[in-house]
Amino acid sequence: MSTPTPTIKAATERAARRTGDVDLFMPVVTATPKIRVENLNFFYGRTQALHDISLDIPERVVMAFIGPSGCGKSTFLRTLNRMNDIIPNTRVEGRVLIDGRDIYAPGMDVVALRRKVGMVFQKSNPFPKSIFENVAYGLRINRLVRDRAELEARVEQALRDAALWEEVKDRLKASALGLSGGQQQRLCIARALAVKPEVLLMDEPASALDPIATQKIEELIVELKKNYTIVIVTHNMQQAARVSDFTAFFWMGKLIEVNTTEKMFTNPDQKLTEDYITGRFG
Amino acid sequence: MTTLTALCALFAVAVLVLILGYIIWRGVGALNWRFLVDTPKPVGEGGGIGNAIVGSLLLIALASAMGIPFGIATGIYLAEYGGGRLGNLVRFVADTLTGVPSIVVGVFVYSVIVLPMQQFSAFAGGVALAVIMVPIVARTTEEMIRLVPGSLREAALALGAPQWRATLGIVVPAAASGIATGAMLAIARIAGETAPLLFTAFGSRFFSLYLDQPIASLTVQIYNYAISPYDEWHAQAWAATLVLMSLILAINVAVRFFTRQKY
Amino acid sequence: MEIHRSLDRALDALRDRVLLLGGETETALQRAMYALVERDSDAAREVLKNDDEIDRLELEIDRLCIDILALKQPAARDLRFVISVAKITPILERIADHACNIARVAIDLNDEPQLKPYVDLPRMADLVSQMLRAALDAFTSGDAAAARAVIRRDDEVDELYNRVFHDLIDLMARDPTTTGRAARLLFVAKHLERIADYVTDICELTVYMAEAAVIKHSN
Repeated sequence: MSTPTPTIKAATERAARRTGDVDLFMPVVTATPKIRVENLNFFYGRTQALHDISLDIPERVVMAFIGPSGCGKSTFLRTLNRMNDIIPNTRVEGRVLIDGRDIYAPGMDVVALRRKVGMVFQKSNPFPKSIFENVAYGLRINRLVRDRAELEARVEQALRDAALWEEVKDRLKASALGLSGGQQQRLCIARALAVKPEVLLMDEPASALDPIATQKIEELIVELKKNYTIVIVTHNMQQAARVSDFTAFFWMGKLIEVNTTEKMFTNPDQKLTEDYITGRFG
Repeated sequence: MTTLTALCALFAVAVLVLILGYIIWRGVGALNWRFLVDTPKPVGEGGGIGNAIVGSLLLIALASAMGIPFGIATGIYLAEYGGGRLGNLVRFVADTLTGVPSIVVGVFVYSVIVLPMQQFSAFAGGVALAVIMVPIVARTTEEMIRLVPGSLREAALALGAPQWRATLGIVVPAAASGIATGAMLAIARIAGETAPLLFTAFGSRFFSLYLDQPIASLTVQIYNYAISPYDEWHAQAWAATLVLMSLILAINVAVRFFTRQKY
Repeated sequence: MEIHRSLDRALDALRDRVLLLGGETETALQRAMYALVERDSDAAREVLKNDDEIDRLELEIDRLCIDILALKQPAARDLRFVISVAKITPILERIADHACNIARVAIDLNDEPQLKPYVDLPRMADLVSQMLRAALDAFTSGDAAAARAVIRRDDEVDELYNRVFHDLIDLMARDPTTTGRAARLLFVAKHLERIADYVTDICELTVYMAEAAVIKHSN
């Protein structure tokens, strides 16, 4: 077992040392990480997309993955709930431990894993069903509710958690496709929250939205970290700065730097990181 | 360029309108209530196509009941799992089958069903039509499923759905209207088929709902009357053509209505 | 669920810190003047001791400003607020330094007999204290009119300063043995006059923050 990622250890120590007032930009970190990645390699056929990535993600924080297009950040995100499994000819080496259990171990229940590690995609992708049925889908297929009353309660709660309830409560039976882009994306978040995951993976969740809808999603992310561990891929560095506690910078399939977001955006350790976040890349 | 294409389009539409108009003009004269409900009678005594309408509907229903589920299942297989060698083989066979003249299908069903049963039958006719439907339905189903964004399937999988549930519960319903259009096309296609029925359903002068007996159909009736030397039967053939056309139109409208996009 | 902007939370925290720093600075000034007028050296030492806390607060606010700029990208009035805070913080810290200097003078003078009853100096100190408090109130409430009113009172301070200055020069001329003590008091007056100038700067920044209007160097 390797030692925790240094920055996270440092954050833990600094968090413990601070006195009196809570420092806004210093995440509170638990000692054991929610997700621990050890020496992960990933291959598309013969092409290696990820090189020897080791990373700890603490519980109930927002961690952002940034980096140029094709740097592997999305691929890495998808290794965390094994969404890459559905792509033919892919191969994973190394370990991904969630709550200490290797999700790539033989006999791992992928369906249970995906229930625990929810996902929100780049383009909002509501099912062509009603608003209610979209949120109910995960509950139904996983048989998580006993009766109609419980189903309705869970759907309402999920919609509230996604800050969408007030906007849709009078038209739950209406088509989800009639919602605005921002509402659709929050519906997708509600759909993911309904099955009560512990980790939420977000793959550029606001990249197709206008600034106001983006802001709503960002505020929602900050709100959700009280109860969830959130990993977000974004190509918008300012977004990473605004919403995350930790930031990981990927470049050409390698993890260049992971740090507290505050450190990352004021004084990163690596020159490559600094060049990227100041827009002096290449 | 625009002018040229517009002219071509106009020409194509004109031909279509001309055909339809001609059929209506020739057919509407012999059309009346008795014609629609009576069985055929000897020349000079009137008679109708009631049994042929019932027969055609029965044959279409029979063929759809067999051909559409089979075709859709094949299409789903091709779209979801058809990446390998077997998938390519199935695709190739389906494409070839689409191009096979329908009379060949008739002869084939004649030899594998009619001969062993020693009997022309509605069942054999239904099978022949179903064989024509399957590749059409399968290929359109495959195409329609491929058009469903992959993100929908991913969303379902990410919620913990096994692949088969994602396919049947999310992807296929999302493609439903397209699949229905494919099925409709197939129905329209077989409703007008004559050749495969000649050696299978054969034809009949009586009302019948028995699957193991020969049965009348509009197309065969039209064929028989059209090649007869009597002017009265010619007129009846035109009227039957008009009825057949209306029937196909009605099926089209009905299917569109029932599979319209709800969400 | 109602969602609060995380930027608002950060700005509120920043405002709290600035208020705290302003309060500490005000206290330092009042305590230093008390130490001088009431000849209480313990109070003076208290001022010097507390300066560390003020320095710490200054660093914390600096850090917070940088983090907010780097991580939250404030715009328009939020941006003007953060920039104003970043500029006001060192001003407050300097005011506190002047208070410390006054406290040191108090400790020195308290070892010697009192020169004369202080009249104009406490009045000047009261005026500057009031101005500082009014300036901080105006800043936290974003009240440009109140800030402008404070700026106008700077003339009163200058008037008092001139009076104290001439009184002490007279004293030194009449009795050369008082020179050392009178010179020290002269410094106190100068410190107070400087503080009033700094308060004016705070008010100018308040006007900028509230109205995006730059009024410094305009007269």
